[in-house]
Amino acid sequence: MYKSFLYKIITLLKIQYSNMLEYRVEIALWAVSGIIPFFMLNIWTNNGLNESLNISNIMLSRYFISAFFVRQFSVVWVVFTFEEDALLGKISPYLIQPLHPFFRYFAQHIAEQITRFPFALLIAFIFFILNPGSFWIPNLKTALLAGLATFLSFLIQFLMQSIIATICFWTEKASSIEKLLFIPTLFLSGLLAPVESFPEFVKTWVYFTPFPYLINFPANLLSGNTTNISSGIFIQIIWVFIFFGVFSKTWKSGTKKFTAMGI
Amino acid sequence: MNIRKYFKIYTLFINTSFGIEMEYKINIFIDLITALLGLIGSVFLLSIFFDNASSIGGWSFEQALIIQGIYTILNGVTNTWFSPNLTEIVKYIREGTLDFVLIKPIDSQFWISLKRISPSGLIEIGLGLLVLIYCLNINEIKISLSLMVLFAMTIICSISILYSLWFLISTTTIWFVKTWNATEVLRSFLYIGRFPLNSFSISLRVFFSTVIPITFITTIPSELILGIAPIWKIILEIVVSYIFLMISRKFWKYALRFYSSASS
Repeated sequence: MYKSFLYKIITLLKIQYSNMLEYRVEIALWAVSGIIPFFMLNIWTNNGLNESLNISNIMLSRYFISAFFVRQFSVVWVVFTFEEDALLGKISPYLIQPLHPFFRYFAQHIAEQITRFPFALLIAFIFFILNPGSFWIPNLKTALLAGLATFLSFLIQFLMQSIIATICFWTEKASSIEKLLFIPTLFLSGLLAPVESFPEFVKTWVYFTPFPYLINFPANLLSGNTTNISSGIFIQIIWVFIFFGVFSKTWKSGTKKFTAMGI
Repeated sequence: MNIRKYFKIYTLFINTSFGIEMEYKINIFIDLITALLGLIGSVFLLSIFFDNASSIGGWSFEQALIIQGIYTILNGVTNTWFSPNLTEIVKYIREGTLDFVLIKPIDSQFWISLKRISPSGLIEIGLGLLVLIYCLNINEIKISLSLMVLFAMTIICSISILYSLWFLISTTTIWFVKTWNATEVLRSFLYIGRFPLNSFSISLRVFFSTVIPITFITTIPSELILGIAPIWKIILEIVVSYIFLMISRKFWKYALRFYSSASS
């Protein structure tokens, strides 16, 4: 049974990868649209904002390029696909298949990330040509740990969005809730400014939310800025479990609520 | 062109779009909270910057807030008109329904650009205006008739440039078909319109005043409010917006020549 499950996953990945290759230009453009961290870096260094933070220009540029990478490989869009499938009634056939429909979406995301990888590398290459001083190669251990942290960040976001997606069973238009959730993700995750630079009254509570563990923690890890690795990964895993629990609950009650198109 | 006819058609557009949107009333409420949180978030980001420096690119916090207000208004305009309409072009071309638009006895650019209206963006415009009024207060700026007229003029120019950028990018779908994300790239570039242009390095400043003229979109109207915009900048903005509108119009006509309907 375990073997057939693995076979299913690999087949799914293969199909989705060839699907995604068709959308190369789309994905390349999407990679380009993630360059906001570089604009932020420009504001930070150009105005000397990092001086009072004790982060050198080089470490800050490494932070923002790492944030760019983490964001590239943790972008989630399951709610939009799911909403379309739910509105058009496409999920009915998926529901009767002996495979959880979210595995399909999960495979889509992984395939999209593989397609995106060369484009992200290309953007990083251009970044390092423009900023040769900030070039560095993380050692293998750091790279692997950062990869793990990025994957966990992706899992957290995938589960969060899947929970919102299941709200489609009740309202049909869940993407506006996703847009609402995107705001704290944007401002509190560390994509635009390192969480370390936040004012104290925000820092006291922000670490109790999942947001700093989405970009800030993996980016700090990858760029070699100081961070507590084991506790960071531990907290990420806790969030994965929490959201997985919530997701299974909403999925169960949602599918009971679901009435297929035309019935 | 019969203006009265177009006006009548436009009121019909508004009626039908409101009808559609009212089906999702809770959505409008959620969008209101989203717009509010988005504004709080960007003011928060700005406050982090000003925690570490007293001025950014020569702008104080109170002055930079004006830019946020104008950005919020323009973002509201984008979400009300540009985004719901122009992202649809991809769908028309992919499904071949652009044919139905082209055979209608009205201007195709008019139909494509103004068909839908999303009322939640209007909330954002209102929020932006509130921020702007607050900024006028804290910066102790006297409102005069000439300032209002000039401001309205520059804002209209900004909207024209913004529209042209959106429209130009959306038009390229006639050749490339699948480019949903092209507008996302534009959106991320426009993001820097939240900050004074002087806060960026020289190379970025040049890029954002020539290739993608974001400086004209938010910085000049803000400078105008502060009374530091020289007259040549205002004239330049009018010229640039005119050029952009003309190019977008010409480009659309040109692109249509390459449109071969879905089944041919």
